[in-house]
Amino acid sequence: MKRFLGFVRKEFLHIFRDYRTLIILFGIPAAQILLFGYVVSTDVKNAGVAFLDLSKDEITGKISDKICSSGFFNRTADLANYNDIDRILKKGKTKAVIVFEDNFGRRLISEGNATLTIIADGSEPNTATLVTNYITAIITDFNRELSGPAAGATTLVQAEVRMFYNPGLKGHFMFVPGVITLIMILICALMTSVTITREKEFGTMEVLLVSPLKPVQIILGKVMPYFFLSFIDVLVILLLSWLVFDLPVKGSLILLLAESMLYIMMSLSLGILISTVSSTMQQAIFISLVGMMLPTILLSGFIFPIENMPEVYGWISSILPPRYFIVIIKSIMIKGSGFLYVWKETLILAAFTVIFIGLSIRNFKIRLQ
Amino acid sequence: MRTIFYLIRKEFIQIFRNKFISRAIFGVPIIQMLILVPAVTFEIKNINLCIIDRDMSSISRSLINKLEGSTFFKITNYTFSEEEANALLLRDKCTLVLQIPADFGKDTGTGKPGKLLVSVNAINASTAQLSWAYLNGVLRDFNSGLAMEHTDIQTVSSIPRINIQNRYWYNELLNYKYYMLPGILGILVTAIGFLLAGLNLVREKEIGTIEQINVTPVRKHQFIIAKMIPFLLIGLVDLVIGLLLGKLAFKVPFEGSIALLFLSASIFLIALLGFALFISTFSATQQQYMFIAFFFMIIFILMSGIFTPLESMPDWARKLDLINPVAYIMKINRMVMLKGSSIQDISRDIYSLIIIAVIFTALAVKRYRKTA
Repeated sequence: MKRFLGFVRKEFLHIFRDYRTLIILFGIPAAQILLFGYVVSTDVKNAGVAFLDLSKDEITGKISDKICSSGFFNRTADLANYNDIDRILKKGKTKAVIVFEDNFGRRLISEGNATLTIIADGSEPNTATLVTNYITAIITDFNRELSGPAAGATTLVQAEVRMFYNPGLKGHFMFVPGVITLIMILICALMTSVTITREKEFGTMEVLLVSPLKPVQIILGKVMPYFFLSFIDVLVILLLSWLVFDLPVKGSLILLLAESMLYIMMSLSLGILISTVSSTMQQAIFISLVGMMLPTILLSGFIFPIENMPEVYGWISSILPPRYFIVIIKSIMIKGSGFLYVWKETLILAAFTVIFIGLSIRNFKIRLQ
Repeated sequence: MRTIFYLIRKEFIQIFRNKFISRAIFGVPIIQMLILVPAVTFEIKNINLCIIDRDMSSISRSLINKLEGSTFFKITNYTFSEEEANALLLRDKCTLVLQIPADFGKDTGTGKPGKLLVSVNAINASTAQLSWAYLNGVLRDFNSGLAMEHTDIQTVSSIPRINIQNRYWYNELLNYKYYMLPGILGILVTAIGFLLAGLNLVREKEIGTIEQINVTPVRKHQFIIAKMIPFLLIGLVDLVIGLLLGKLAFKVPFEGSIALLFLSASIFLIALLGFALFISTFSATQQQYMFIAFFFMIIFILMSGIFTPLESMPDWARKLDLINPVAYIMKINRMVMLKGSSIQDISRDIYSLIIIAVIFTALAVKRYRKTA
């Protein structure tokens, strides 16, 4: 035991000796959580729209002013004819063109209806849908104003909406849990896999293996410091999201920390597993970053809800541990639910940990090739 | 020139000596693209809906029928208790709860509008907004249907209204694969080039072989160029593979000029690799490089506008994006591939990329010290 503690101490010293790594280790999660809390949001602000006004009357002027003053849009250009639409959309700054047919105002008053066309740039489908929805809402509003007193007679059903858990519809309710999940698994898996492969690549693993320490102790000793560091990372992130984003932990903090420990343990054991199959650091880094980053971002439900994907992806994503942690952390942090709601996910994470450790033990070679 | 050629040959031998890496740089993009491209969509379908119908009138029944018929909604539960509905929301069993109060049917048509209550799980703000927008659309439809029955046609048709038509150009059906393929391809090319180029240089430092180069008459710029070109070529080959895959597997259209795309991609790769080599001169070990690279890569990618629209970022973040090469290539990829934008349309982005490429490469050459 004393030997083991000595080894752990050596590992700690190794890490603390290099202040750069340490700065990065804490700087990365902090900087990223700040950046993304502020930067990443999925709604549209200041999207460029251009107008092709073939009528140029009072009503079209009023509508285009209403659209531009809504706060969502920026007028980029006033076009003269249909050929300009393609030209301006190809430049990329303009996300949609609004076309008023000729004699718009006259038709509206004399015939009772006029047509407005929204041409959105479909090469960015999400922005296109959002922009179209916003403009439609503004026009619907305008229609209601137009109909004036007659509106009362036609509104027979009225819905009142309540946004649960996130009444301000803030993007960081989604991103803070997501970033924690993404960064923790990548950092933990990277750190462990690299420190262990490093010893292999430089041949110092052999020195350790011939020492009286057991292989299990060597691995545990290497992983232990990272366990503590990652745990401090989680605390830093939670503190930041509370102080900066006003996103407190609604449920039990102890439960959240315990779940984070489990997640860190799972990620570290994944790192160990990666190190047993890699012979060089480059390989370990390639697997943990290039191999894992995109699937974690895309398939874990971080940005894109899994329910909306084709059905097979429900199955594919079920082998990705981050998927479960996102559910856990959202439930505890935002909804404030207790262990009863997340025991299944917890159990799955524990199972992943056991499987990764089991596979690592099977793959671990204590002899030279 | 001959020196550079020999150095490049050496780099290629070193890269492809590692069996895993040499397979993975081409294999991983193929596998990830095939799996990930069809997965991602912002489209919303099967919104789970829970209904509390306290009214049980013919009107509420016909509203529910209308919702059942809609492709967006899946009615998962009927209940009479609000508590139960809230518990379903909490467990993520449903996203929307529609409550129909007891006198809904009685009220509609009597002049006072029938009230409905909708609760949305809003943790994911954008999904919440979209699902509510869809539900609101159904309600609006339902409303105008009712209005037709209750008020005489005359009053309805005398109200002036603006009809809205909408079109999506360049991607009429809003096929997300067209959007995601250039994006995912861009990310993979970025990640592979950025990581491997930097690690390669730092590894030479860490194991000491860089000293052997330093004592030769190889010039600083020759060394940096020789480190850059192999990864530039690998990046371009990955791009070819990705585009072929897009064409064959996902039928992604290619409207613009292929030469223009490869020209921009080459400038982008030089900028990216220049940056990678620049930060690698600050790192003594591969571990350090990896962390710095990870830091920048995540920022570059998440701020590139592929997952969230650039327009939604605050001003300072958009200014920061001016030096983010990934943001440029994402935009150029999409514009050239889907819209067929010409070199005039993207000239500003290309100039910016050239400036970034020159600055980063110059910095990398300058920072690299041949003396220890």
